[in-house]
Amino acid sequence: MAEKQKKYEKPKNRKGTVLRLGRYMMQYKYWMLLAFVLTIASNLLSLMGPMLSGYAIDAIEPGVGNVDFARVFYYAALMVVFYLISSVLSYVLSILMIHISRKVVYKMRDDVFTHLMELPVGYFDTHQTGDIISRISYDIDTVNTSLANDLVQILTTLITVLGAFAMMVAISPKLVLVFAFTVPLSTLLTKLITGKTRPLFRLRSRKLGELNGFVEEMISGHKTLKAYHQEENTIQKFDGKNEEAVEAYYRAEYYGSVVGPTVNFINNLSLTLVSVFGALLFLANQMSIGSISSFILYSRKFSGPINEAANIMSELQSALAAAERVFCTIDEPAEKPDRENAAELCHVKGDVLLENVRFGYTKEQVIIKGLNLHAACGKLVAIVGPTGAGKTTLINLLMRFYDVQEGNIFIDNHEICGVTRSSLRKAYAMVLQDTWLFQGTVFENIAYGRQGATREDVIAAAKAAKIHSYIKRLPQEYDTILTDEGANISKGQKQLLTIARAMLLDAPMLILDEATSNVDTRTEQQIQQAMRKLMEHKTCFVIAHRLSTIQNADVILVVNHGEIVEQGTHGELMEREGFYYQLYRAQFE
Amino acid sequence: MKKVLSVYLKPYYGRMLIGFIIKFAGTIMDLCLPWILAYMIDTVIPQSEKNRIYIWGLVMLVCSILALTFNVLANRMASKVARDTTEAIRHDLFAKTMWLSNARTDEVTKPSLISRLTTDTYNVHQMLGRVQRLGVRAPILVIGGILVTLTLDPVLTLVLVSVMPVTTFVTYYFSKKSIPMYHALQKAVDQFVRLLREDIAGIRVIKALSKTDYEKKKYDALNQEVVTLEKKADVTMAIVNPATNLFLNLGIVFVVLAGAYRVHQGYSEVGKILAFLTYFTIILNAMINISKMFVIISKAVASANRIMEIIDVSDDMVLKRYEKTKKDEAYIRFEHVTFSYKTGAHVSGKEAEPNLTDISFSLKKGETLGIIGATGAGKSTVAALLMRFYDVAEGDIYIEGENICAMPAGRLRERFGVVFQNDTIFEDSIAENVRMGRTLSEEAVREAVTHAKAKEFVEEAGRGYDNLMNVRGANLSGGQKQRILIARALAAHPDILILDDSSSALDYRTDASLRHELAAHFADTTKLIIAQRISSIMHSDHIMVLEDGKIAGYGTHEELLEHCEIYREIRDSQM
Repeated sequence: MAEKQKKYEKPKNRKGTVLRLGRYMMQYKYWMLLAFVLTIASNLLSLMGPMLSGYAIDAIEPGVGNVDFARVFYYAALMVVFYLISSVLSYVLSILMIHISRKVVYKMRDDVFTHLMELPVGYFDTHQTGDIISRISYDIDTVNTSLANDLVQILTTLITVLGAFAMMVAISPKLVLVFAFTVPLSTLLTKLITGKTRPLFRLRSRKLGELNGFVEEMISGHKTLKAYHQEENTIQKFDGKNEEAVEAYYRAEYYGSVVGPTVNFINNLSLTLVSVFGALLFLANQMSIGSISSFILYSRKFSGPINEAANIMSELQSALAAAERVFCTIDEPAEKPDRENAAELCHVKGDVLLENVRFGYTKEQVIIKGLNLHAACGKLVAIVGPTGAGKTTLINLLMRFYDVQEGNIFIDNHEICGVTRSSLRKAYAMVLQDTWLFQGTVFENIAYGRQGATREDVIAAAKAAKIHSYIKRLPQEYDTILTDEGANISKGQKQLLTIARAMLLDAPMLILDEATSNVDTRTEQQIQQAMRKLMEHKTCFVIAHRLSTIQNADVILVVNHGEIVEQGTHGELMEREGFYYQLYRAQFE
Repeated sequence: MKKVLSVYLKPYYGRMLIGFIIKFAGTIMDLCLPWILAYMIDTVIPQSEKNRIYIWGLVMLVCSILALTFNVLANRMASKVARDTTEAIRHDLFAKTMWLSNARTDEVTKPSLISRLTTDTYNVHQMLGRVQRLGVRAPILVIGGILVTLTLDPVLTLVLVSVMPVTTFVTYYFSKKSIPMYHALQKAVDQFVRLLREDIAGIRVIKALSKTDYEKKKYDALNQEVVTLEKKADVTMAIVNPATNLFLNLGIVFVVLAGAYRVHQGYSEVGKILAFLTYFTIILNAMINISKMFVIISKAVASANRIMEIIDVSDDMVLKRYEKTKKDEAYIRFEHVTFSYKTGAHVSGKEAEPNLTDISFSLKKGETLGIIGATGAGKSTVAALLMRFYDVAEGDIYIEGENICAMPAGRLRERFGVVFQNDTIFEDSIAENVRMGRTLSEEAVREAVTHAKAKEFVEEAGRGYDNLMNVRGANLSGGQKQRILIARALAAHPDILILDDSSSALDYRTDASLRHELAAHFADTTKLIIAQRISSIMHSDHIMVLEDGKIAGYGTHEELLEHCEIYREIRDSQM
């Protein structure tokens, strides 16, 4: 748990968050400026309303029988016009704000995703998928809601308050002194409360993220949970998380919603003070009743929007807390960028050399210790060994999903740290044990690695991978939409599809990590020929447990505990009667 | 949405009522202040009595404090109700999700379930809190305001009130129109969740093929779609507020005009109209607040409907009644079982062939059945049917002579230990991953890990059994994962053990010693072993060869070698 805590406790800097949010908005500064102007205009117009109605009432003033209908109609007509314009303006304004906030949100989502794609694969191994989803959906949504509504509100408040304040100063500078007391008080209180609630809002975002992480994981493992009849247990665990989440929400909301009534209280307090002092001033003959009442009228004007603003304080806070989490993800260190002078790896022949490679996922646990290996062009290198010996790790290093800690890897005498990642990775075709299909048609899934693959190419690959007849039986054949979780496709079939995918790649090197482990051996034999053709003229790294598949390798590396314990051809290794020999014999026990 | 009100909020009606009353009191206190103020200006001040000024000042202070206390109290109660209601809804939704049959889960899809449990419940929570907090004051102000204006001049009030149906209609109409839009939006969010999960799962492949730009484009399209839908819904709702504003303001213009006539004819006074306008401002602001709430309500209604869709799903895996258990010497018996997955890709187009056709076999307690056959032949489906993840289309499956459709899920599944092809390692300790929430002693966990040949690497690792697994067990190799999963399956000494291709990532030596362990320590366990390697199943009591969902051979290794062409071919391919 301690580790987990640490993972989330990133330095938090509110100013930074506000500034960064501001920077997003500033990309649309002209739109923002327009919004600003519109806000002022519609507010001024709405202030015109009461003024006009005042004039109209003046026209009614003379009373029974003497109402000046011409003027009443005139001002009434003006009112209609002004209200109409004001409403239209405020409609345009909200559309504009929706427009801007969507643009900002679109950009934020885009930035997060773009960054996610640049993160090292290790990030996804240590972060709950659900939590990542929560950041990109819930957190950004929260920011968005707040942007669309709250900004205008704050601006309105500001304008009204400033205007009203100016009027009050004009009426009685002395009475304004009351605000010298209440304004700092309200600022102080608001600050105090928000200081208290900020961590609560953070907690709320985090707990919701954790809940989402839990939900995602449990729904992913739905079938397993059912098999072990863990429904009730899981529900109980969920209840715990759920309670934490709603409790965090409640606490944040509750403390956040204290702000509203508190600010309201201070408003009322200043009202009280104003009336008492006003009365005293009146008694001292320093103020007329008319002045007091208009002063109070303006101070009431004050309180309405301030109240509104106080009510949205909590929303603003949750938006900031959410934005923090979003920025946290964006700040996650990406894969180290390619070196500045990184060359494009082109015309690869496929000569791979590993020199004294040392690597571990954590500092303490070294998985590969001083590995030396040379795979000449077009050779078939097989890697065998007990599970956990570091075979898959080796592939992570070749593809530069991780960087070696010590030693070097060369391709055609280029150090791989000195070439661009994308050109390096393009040099390999890879089929992994954990197959991956995405929601898309069969065609799209097979053609994934090769842009512009024709239907003929795809069908040829599918035929070679012996998956064509299965595809033909699907309802829309090659246009059938596959889902990764589709119940009707077996793991072996998925492997065949990924093999077909690899067949379309035109890479000089090939990695097969248990590529056919779930394919039945007869099918495997049927695709042998195609596989051989796939491997032809390519430097191949093959990991397999079924030793029959690698007997014709040019060199077999037997790995144990991160070191090569034996190497040679099948014949040589069998003769030696060592580790490999034992592994081989075990098949027939 | 109705259900949220009638079922989930019901237990809190009382609390809500008290909360409303408190809020009401607080609001009244708030409203008292201007009244006292007016009294002070009109009556107290002209009397020039300092003491009375102080007294009334004190009264105002008390009112302010009471307003603060009541409002905070009411907010707190509202937040509590929202919390408890949301907790209950989320609980029910999750519980339902857990009990949802696989067929239904396939239908709804997991990403959709996830977003229903997260963003949708969140929307409802937000609405429940906000409406209670802000939804009391506004109506009170509206009603109170109207009542006060009625005492001033009923005719003018009628004029003002006459515009209300229009605003109500506008609000109602656009809210109603926006609900399906929010629904569509949430659906797009499902797709969003789907793509994210997909890309996170496939990050290695995406990077290996340098397809990040392609994925970004796919994501971009969804992002665009979500944003467009959001915009559409929001823009639809954006009209409500200015429209309310406009209609009410037009109302006031009518009031002024009508007032002019009434004053002219001597039915009313200018002062009244003036007061009228003041109250009108209060009513207008309150109405605007109400219309704002409708935005969040529409969104929540769309979400609530999506939640209730799941909660109200009927159970398709009902327990069926059969005549009492008949004596059966066989422990497991399949009788003419036929089955096909109906959902997913097979929904439209061609009439799909059944995935399994006419499968019959029987096993005595402690026997082992090996299942072998081509990829996609239906091997895993046999196991899924035995565990009743899906119901058979035809035929029957019996365990100890009892039809499995008559057994409650718990009683059926507690017999099993199983490793699926794509099984899940949870982000938890090794011990917990083996235990899987069952009450198993440490001893039992250790024993299972030993049987599964995982002892060595488990105990080698830093914290042994307490070692934490990464998400999806990413810090384990394929073979290590499989052994942890096998340990999980063995831990409770199940009556039936299903291993679905679960040794594919094991080297032969480990695989062989695992088989020895099984034979030695799990003699009473009836085993179903699905495998590609003949060596994994050749010693089984029975071997079933599946081909295109049909039994192509059944017997012992020797029998099959003699009679079954396919089996011979498989053997030859591996030797």
